[in-house]
Amino acid sequence: MAPIATAPVEVKEPEVRQTTDLARPWKVIVWNDPINLMSYVTFVFQKLFGYNRAKAHSLMMDVHVKGKAVVASGPREKSELDVFRLHEHGLWATMEQDG
Amino acid sequence: MRLRPPVRRARSGRYVISLGAEDRAVLRSLPGQLRTAIEVNRADPSLRRLFPPAYVLDDEAEQEYRRLMGTDLDERRAEALDTLARTAGATELSAEEMDAWLRALNDIRLWLGTLLDVTEDEEPEPAADPAYMLYRALTALQSLVVDALCREG
Repeated sequence: MAPIATAPVEVKEPEVRQTTDLARPWKVIVWNDPINLMSYVTFVFQKLFGYNRAKAHSLMMDVHVKGKAVVASGPREKSELDVFRLHEHGLWATMEQDG
Repeated sequence: MRLRPPVRRARSGRYVISLGAEDRAVLRSLPGQLRTAIEVNRADPSLRRLFPPAYVLDDEAEQEYRRLMGTDLDERRAEALDTLARTAGATELSAEEMDAWLRALNDIRLWLGTLLDVTEDEEPEPAADPAYMLYRALTALQSLVVDALCREG
């Protein structure tokens, strides 16, 4: 009986990379606009994401000063729901995959 | 004597609204005007801030998002606008109705603000312009609503 080959099987690189791509989280981004009130944006971040006042305020200031901020991240379906709820509140939100 | 804000949270958890008849008449009429504008042409540039894209770089994903979420977004918006119009004369609101006011006021401001081409620099329009005065009044009211809701916790 021939011995069972023990040489390692070459790993197929593309499959590994594809798995990594699917696992890459999505970012939910809120963009600055001149109409939404600063206090309103802070309130919406607290209400939708459960952030405390300090964190919500800091994110709002990032949006205001830097023009945008990543307000949440996670799997695609969750991010889409986050965007939906932000749109429901009239915020200018988009999503994109990390990296 | 202590002046009370026109929008405040009562101990019961409901919201007390003290506004004049003229203000209430405006709040009763604006939601229908926005709904009509959307029905006539939702692609009008003045409404673009009401329908922001979820996906900027992927048309196919964006169409799918609109297909899945668009109807729900429209319904939630219409409910909030209808609630504002229906309860514009109320002296007391439930927390749910107050939330509808908040979102409806914001939608109306997004529309008016885009029509007026509002920028972050204050006072871009002459203060006497009636449309701009209305926008400012709605901004002030929405700010009061946010303050009242924030005092909740």
